[in-house]
Amino acid sequence: MSETTLEIKDLHVKIEDNEILKGVNLTIKSGEFHAVMGPNGTGKSTLASAVMGHPSYEITQGSILLNGEDVLEMEVDERARAGLFLAMQYPSEISGVTTSDFLRSSINARRDEDDGIPLMQFIKTMDNALDELDIDQNMAQRYLNEGFSGGEKKRNEILQLKMLQPEIAILDEIDSGLDIDALKVVSDSINNVREETGLGCLIITHYQRLLNYITPDFVHVMMQGRIVKSGGADLAQKLEAEGYEWIKEELGIEDETVGQKA
Amino acid sequence: MTVKTKFPYDKDYVTSFSNKKDEPEWMKSLRLQAFDQAHDLNMPEPDKTNIRRWNFTNFELGAEGSTISSLEELPNELQDFIDQDNVPSNIHIQQNGTVAFSTLSKDLQEKGVIFTDIFTAMKDHSDLVEKYFMKEAVAVDEHRLTALHAAYLNGGVFVYVPEGVKVEEPIQSIFWQENESSALFNHVLIVADKDSELTFVENYISHNTEQENVSNIIAEVFAHDDANVSYGSVDNFAAGTTSYINRRGVADERATIDWALGQMNDGNTVSENVTHLVGQFSVSHARTVTAGRGKQTQNFTAITHHHGKDSDGQILQRGVLKENTTSIFNAIGKIEHGATRANAEQESRVLMLSKDARGDANPILLIDEDDVTAGHAASVGRVDEFQMYYLQSRGIPKQEAERLIILGFLEPVVDELPIPSIQKQLRTLIERKIY
Repeated sequence: MSETTLEIKDLHVKIEDNEILKGVNLTIKSGEFHAVMGPNGTGKSTLASAVMGHPSYEITQGSILLNGEDVLEMEVDERARAGLFLAMQYPSEISGVTTSDFLRSSINARRDEDDGIPLMQFIKTMDNALDELDIDQNMAQRYLNEGFSGGEKKRNEILQLKMLQPEIAILDEIDSGLDIDALKVVSDSINNVREETGLGCLIITHYQRLLNYITPDFVHVMMQGRIVKSGGADLAQKLEAEGYEWIKEELGIEDETVGQKA
Repeated sequence: MTVKTKFPYDKDYVTSFSNKKDEPEWMKSLRLQAFDQAHDLNMPEPDKTNIRRWNFTNFELGAEGSTISSLEELPNELQDFIDQDNVPSNIHIQQNGTVAFSTLSKDLQEKGVIFTDIFTAMKDHSDLVEKYFMKEAVAVDEHRLTALHAAYLNGGVFVYVPEGVKVEEPIQSIFWQENESSALFNHVLIVADKDSELTFVENYISHNTEQENVSNIIAEVFAHDDANVSYGSVDNFAAGTTSYINRRGVADERATIDWALGQMNDGNTVSENVTHLVGQFSVSHARTVTAGRGKQTQNFTAITHHHGKDSDGQILQRGVLKENTTSIFNAIGKIEHGATRANAEQESRVLMLSKDARGDANPILLIDEDDVTAGHAASVGRVDEFQMYYLQSRGIPKQEAERLIILGFLEPVVDELPIPSIQKQLRTLIERKIY
């Protein structure tokens, strides 16, 4: 895989009239795993959604570049085909569309119109991925996310990550709703992709727990809509042991949240 | 005072048509009486749709078709309706007023199954047809269009399944109104005797995009005790045709009548689908799907009418509307006094693809009994932007994402159609109407 760089520069984002991100700077390269941590309400998920192009968020300032190309000028589907992927915290349920048909459409969207993935090859790839993620084969024929448990939805997101092979993936609280066994399965799968493809990754999480299984190269702490501190994997361990208070004290922050009305 | 309406064909025409078909006396007198009644009866009044200015009188009658000796002779446009992998052995094809092709497997013939055009049935099985024809399900004198139907009847089939016979392979009818100005007054009469099983599928096709025409369709289905009838349809009358379509069922004890109706007409349409759940433990699932385009106005009324104890009636309506189309969906669960432990559920959902389209979903419960369960749900909305975002975030282009969501929205009904080739045909029609 060629070297890919995602650059987020001075990103300001608002939802309705609330500014949530107030100047985020972050660069992610192929093979690098970044974790963005922080308490609730500090703008972590907004960052993930803004990069992918969620319709509720408005970029008011700054830029996002993928290998120098302006991501903000791209439609959501163009961003995906350019190599971005977001494992969502709350994926939509889509009635009447099977997970299998959806996956096939997603893969074929990356290929020439007259060169769709051969059916047998698709089924084989999907079956392997389902096995690796310990997902019941029936899920492929169920309607996308409809009636899925929280854990099934998260596994389904990683199934897609595995099958679509993006350059840069953002995992938005992929650990919430997963028990410890499921967390291990999902982490193993992500680590496999990391090794096989040189994926670059931005992991958004409240908890250090996930980072016990997926070791980040960089850890960033987000407060008040900005990255306020960055470090290595040891920073995550310190946060696990000591919480966030020491950072707030160090930086003189009283309320770490952003965009929430009292 | 009623203004005397002039119909395009007079009583002499009705008499000579009946003579030409060599009909039994009861049918001829039924026609003539109906013709007289039609003058005095009112037009039907579908709830929330005004049909007063619709064309129900400008049409011709009398076009014939030609017979073919094998299904391979069918034109390409009809080949799509035939399951090519599994060539049907029970199929009836009507071109205008002519039986073009008709076949029923030897096995079913030997078991006493009757599958023939309605005129042959009236001659060969006169008593049987007379017993059911326009009596319990649809009455001749309900309104002007039912009376005109009886007077001008010019096509249709009769199906009889004897007691205990399970028809494994579907029975299919294709009604091809190939002549652009000749109207179709088509009647499907199905009688499933005790403990029998039948899957019936019908297709209506016409090509008159400009030429005005009329279709007046009635289907009557009788499922006697423990019988099980699955009824699928794909209607595809062209934009020039104004359609009145009335499909009714009567289910006796423990009988089931399931409907899966793909109502894909391009012209103005009034469609009624009523199931009388007469017997205890009778069941009906009434599913319908439509895609509206252009300026067409459509009214879909589905009713499960509960008379029997422990009867279960479920209505599911789905519609996708684009351009300037208007569609009204009325889903009615009616429970009579004494129908204890009946269950009536209605769900009507409409997806709007243009700001000029109008859609209205009205689930209605009319309950005259205390010990029942009932529920309804309705929604009229647009393609969900978060669903779009989700699909697009996987690289699926906007138009393809929308296509997936729309087809998925209609899938719960499409998936219930009994023959795979008909499902495929319906999906193709849906895509053609939407894109």
